[in-house]
Amino acid sequence: MQVSMTVNGTEVSRDVEPRQLLVHFLRETLGLTGTHWGCDTSNCGTCVVLVDGVPVKSCTQLAAMTAGHEVRTVEGLADGGTLDPVQQGFMEEHGLQCGFCTPGMMLTARALLDRQPHPDETTIREAISGQICRCTGYATIVRSIQWAAAHPAAAPSDQEVRA
Amino acid sequence: MTTVQDRSAMPQEREPNPALSDPDRPIGYGRVQRKEDPRFIRGRGRYLDDIVLPGMLHGAILRSPVAHARLVSVDTTEALAHPKVRAVVTGKDLEGLNLAWAPTLSADVQAVLATDKVRFQGQEVAFVVADDRYAARDALELIDVEYEDLPPVVDARRALDPGAPVIRDDKEGQTDNHVFDWEAGDAAATDAVFARADVVVSEEVVYPRVHPAPMETCGAIADYEPVEGRLTLYETSQAPHAHRTLFAMVAGIPEHKIRVISPDIGGGFGNKVGIYPGYILAVVGSIVTGRPVKWVEDRSENLMSTSFARDYIMRGEVAATREGKILAVRTTVLADHGAFNATAQPTKYPAGFFSIFTGSYDLEAAHCSVTGVYTNKAPGGVAYACSFRVTEAVYLVERMVDVLAAELAMDPAELRLKNFIRPEQFPYRNKTGWEYDSGDYEPAMRMAMDRIGYADLRREQAERRDRGELMGIGVSFFTETVGAGPRKHMDIVGLGMADGAEVRVHPTGKAVVRLSVQTQGQGHETTFAQILAEELGIPPEDIDVVHGDTDNTPFGLGTYGSRSTPVSGGAVALAARKVKDKARLIAAAMLETRPEDLEWEKGRWFVAGDPTVGKTIAEIALGAHGTVALPEGVDGNLDAEVTYDPPNLTFPFGAYICVVDVDPGTGKVHVRRFVAVDDCGTRINPMIVEGQIHGGLADGVGMALMEFIGFDEQGNCLGGSFMDYLIPTAVEVPDWETGYTVTPSPHHPIGAKGIGESATVGSPPAVVNAVVDALAPFGIRHMDMPCTPARVWAAMQGRPTPPV
Amino acid sequence: MQVPAPFDYVRATSVAEALQLLERHGEEARLIAGGHSLLPMMKLRLARPDWIIDINDLDELRHVTVDGGLLRVGALTRHADLLDSEEVGRLFPIVHDAERVIADPVVRNRGTIGGSLAQADPAEDLTTVCDVLRAEVVVAGPAGERTVPMAEFHRGPYETACGQNELLVEVRFPVRAGQGSAYEKVERRVGDWAVAAAGAAVVLADDGTIAEAAVGLTALGLEGLATDAAAALVGQRPGEEAFAAAGRLAAEASAPVEDGRGPVDYKRHLADELTRRVMRTAVARAGALTAVPGG
Repeated sequence: MQVSMTVNGTEVSRDVEPRQLLVHFLRETLGLTGTHWGCDTSNCGTCVVLVDGVPVKSCTQLAAMTAGHEVRTVEGLADGGTLDPVQQGFMEEHGLQCGFCTPGMMLTARALLDRQPHPDETTIREAISGQICRCTGYATIVRSIQWAAAHPAAAPSDQEVRA
Repeated sequence: MTTVQDRSAMPQEREPNPALSDPDRPIGYGRVQRKEDPRFIRGRGRYLDDIVLPGMLHGAILRSPVAHARLVSVDTTEALAHPKVRAVVTGKDLEGLNLAWAPTLSADVQAVLATDKVRFQGQEVAFVVADDRYAARDALELIDVEYEDLPPVVDARRALDPGAPVIRDDKEGQTDNHVFDWEAGDAAATDAVFARADVVVSEEVVYPRVHPAPMETCGAIADYEPVEGRLTLYETSQAPHAHRTLFAMVAGIPEHKIRVISPDIGGGFGNKVGIYPGYILAVVGSIVTGRPVKWVEDRSENLMSTSFARDYIMRGEVAATREGKILAVRTTVLADHGAFNATAQPTKYPAGFFSIFTGSYDLEAAHCSVTGVYTNKAPGGVAYACSFRVTEAVYLVERMVDVLAAELAMDPAELRLKNFIRPEQFPYRNKTGWEYDSGDYEPAMRMAMDRIGYADLRREQAERRDRGELMGIGVSFFTETVGAGPRKHMDIVGLGMADGAEVRVHPTGKAVVRLSVQTQGQGHETTFAQILAEELGIPPEDIDVVHGDTDNTPFGLGTYGSRSTPVSGGAVALAARKVKDKARLIAAAMLETRPEDLEWEKGRWFVAGDPTVGKTIAEIALGAHGTVALPEGVDGNLDAEVTYDPPNLTFPFGAYICVVDVDPGTGKVHVRRFVAVDDCGTRINPMIVEGQIHGGLADGVGMALMEFIGFDEQGNCLGGSFMDYLIPTAVEVPDWETGYTVTPSPHHPIGAKGIGESATVGSPPAVVNAVVDALAPFGIRHMDMPCTPARVWAAMQGRPTPPV
Repeated sequence: MQVPAPFDYVRATSVAEALQLLERHGEEARLIAGGHSLLPMMKLRLARPDWIIDINDLDELRHVTVDGGLLRVGALTRHADLLDSEEVGRLFPIVHDAERVIADPVVRNRGTIGGSLAQADPAEDLTTVCDVLRAEVVVAGPAGERTVPMAEFHRGPYETACGQNELLVEVRFPVRAGQGSAYEKVERRVGDWAVAAAGAAVVLADDGTIAEAAVGLTALGLEGLATDAAAALVGQRPGEEAFAAAGRLAAEASAPVEDGRGPVDYKRHLADELTRRVMRTAVARAGALTAVPGG
């Protein structure tokens, strides 16, 4: 069936099986492999993307169900060459190690900060509690999101790495 | 003659190098942002399932629904008729290729696809190769398998009963479920000490089966090129070189025609050390179809069939004086190895480094004996950041010291302080033969107690107990043995546990370092650049770190057991020093002076007594590759290669204190605070070190409170999805409070000891000790993990039952 | 990754169309809203519908309004919508208590109240909440709409009064002045199904005694309300003695089964413990309302 949606600001239209999961539509049909997956039971949150600005587990939504909606993935976080403060925060505060859960975590963080620019630690922890990170123990993810809250202006990406 | 020489000959004002003095931008050790992060935060990592090769097909594995059964028939007719199916492989097909069984890392064999019997739920039975992953899954349902049920062996305690079903009847001469017996220490001397001790405490301590469950599951893409007979194998592997050698041995493809590429790895924790049947099946699939074949397991496959961890049933005993001097520790262990002995450990160590169970204490005697058994469960054993069973050892001794403290009515922190190996005793030879390289335990313990406010917490606890509230304070102190290991003692399937590093300084002064180890998130691209930067003064951003491709890196055994920094880190430092030594010879030639007249400062050789005259590494590199007249025996490059054979293991340590509150009405445990003071010797990048610790602390909370792979009486796995295998979220863990001391390893080139697994090893006893401490008013002295609400409540009712 | 077996997909644009589609495709069709119960079952191939009817476009089913004495919640209202509604939290704090512990925040962005009630998982929280609040559900079918009291709607684990050719369209909660309510759940970890949970709603009389009470249990094998526990509370002065009696009766009414979350005696203990806790909270909330002039 033909499925059309907006992904990272671009209208896309593809012929897919009705059963195709959104995560596979993004990763395989569109080649946007920044969205990962980690389970079969909607528990791990690795596959989180924003649909109409809201964090959604893309393994538990059909591509067909997403037709007509706006999807934002990690590839759409940076604004051109300018990183989102959340991306910057994750680098500053070591909010990632293997990087596998990171795209989902960052997108949830973005949605949280859009709703609530200055969340407290408890609010941040609750917001990311549908997503599992096996590397960081979460404290640095919390700090990364706090960093982003404290630095709402985006930083140019050519200054992002010092080492 | 050359420009370089001319320029250096010019008198120069020596300006302080801001880069060297700027703590925010260290050239060498210090907090530096990670070089790998820019790609990950943009979603531009390249993990296995991101890779798409032209013409690639997809594989899926049909697995056994039962734990123990005779395989009567496998009918693939309908699956083969599926329009998108390209091949279906069964155990019978593999028998014809002599590939039905593969050697494990522990001198056993494991079925690639079942031929005679299935021996655990989730075992591989057939492999489908199809055009896409959805079709491959559909075709699994079209395979008809007939099983004839056999009674399973689920309880390891019953595995050696006379009359227990023999699981491994495939092994010639195997008439029971016994795998091995192993012991360490002096049994007679230990018994003698126990016989005269004032106090003996004894407890059965179970470290239940858990799973590393990295967020990325395991997988492989095999691309076999039939004309030249070349295999390119993309794998989620922590040990690409070891895998290549083993594939050469197993598959009969010559080693020089195999290239193993381990791309970005979404977490490993030991889960990606072994060679799983799925990897071999991807290779078979590619050979059979002539096209690349991708196989990626789903989460249930990961949890039900790949390397689990722990599963040790331990009887621990401690002998002490009434004043609290610990005299001896002894233990007998029943080790559940599952259906195949597929643990990854050094050959002479079937129980890994469990004999470090003497802990951080100066003992008179110690002894352990370990018996391994087969059961109808998934194979494995080590894995999940355990440092080769140091996790079990530390858990046992740290739990038992708390049991002793309860018996003696002593404070558990004070009891530990009383028994530590003293700083002047290092290097310390323990009673099971380890030589602890360095340590200074008391300052770490005191720091942890200060940080958490230990005395105040004990007062608060007393007040709360008076009000009927359940608050617990748990202490643990661990010593690890990591960085395996000296080749005279240690090998895995005959491969010595050394690692290589190759350094090249390019003509423009930029450098590349090639590693045999493989990061799974530990930040090797940053840490190893920093080691080279520290040694040569080349900024980390000018250093490329290459790893994960056997074609481009030197041989070595890979990343597990916290060995990357201790082993490969040593290799990089020594290779850098070779480069530095060579640079001195070339610089002397360039400066027309004698090498012994040159002195080193970070990044530069200069003339002793005249610091304005010198050559930077970049200048020397250009000189080496240029037209400088090189001294006799010096060739024209600035490269070096080292294979590092560590003289000993390293012994990181730490003091952990955890505070919990237990809801008396529900048994729910809340981790209120956690202080971790670690000593891993030299700290290369404190940010990365802390990150490693944080992750391990969350692991520890997970195992202590919720992670558990259980089985029912039929051998059905009860932890086969993330609905049942619970991993902590951000809500269940506290904000970690960390501190550190630095006691460098005296034998290591840079004094580093490794940090990857310290917290996973050290934190579970801190959490469990805290829970048990909270339950002290109920007369509880021990309860086993996982401390779920129901199990804690049962303990409060006087029923602290083991989980298995 | 596990994937569903093949099916055909159709998107309904109105309730009437959804009903026609259900009629047309019969037993082999399943409605999908949030999808967080259905899709995992389909991936495990425990559910294999031939047709998926997507009702996510039915905006008329996504609303939270107070209409006279009723709070009307459209069946397609997401859990997150309910949590976002201050009015829901003010009128029915039990709903917010429960919503905060249903699945996890990302799942709550998709999961719907109608989906939860229609799935009728025995460990599902909103059934208890609706029982306790004496909600009614509106079911649309070929013959038009009918209103079903919660007690009749929920028929047991995975079983409701909603027929294959029907669609749950709205949940209606009677607004009671002075009502206090609360929900508490024990879970092994955030996002896990309940080990056990309890909910309660009370109205206090002018003299401070309990005028009305309702107690419900989740994942404890009790269908419908714990009527004996509630009866024991009515007319009593709120306090530990009354709550303990209610807790004991709730535990007696429970019929839990042992599973990975705990043994029977623990769960029965939780029926008692959690009943007492939710009664304390519900009474405190009701008391706070009556203490405020005009409240």
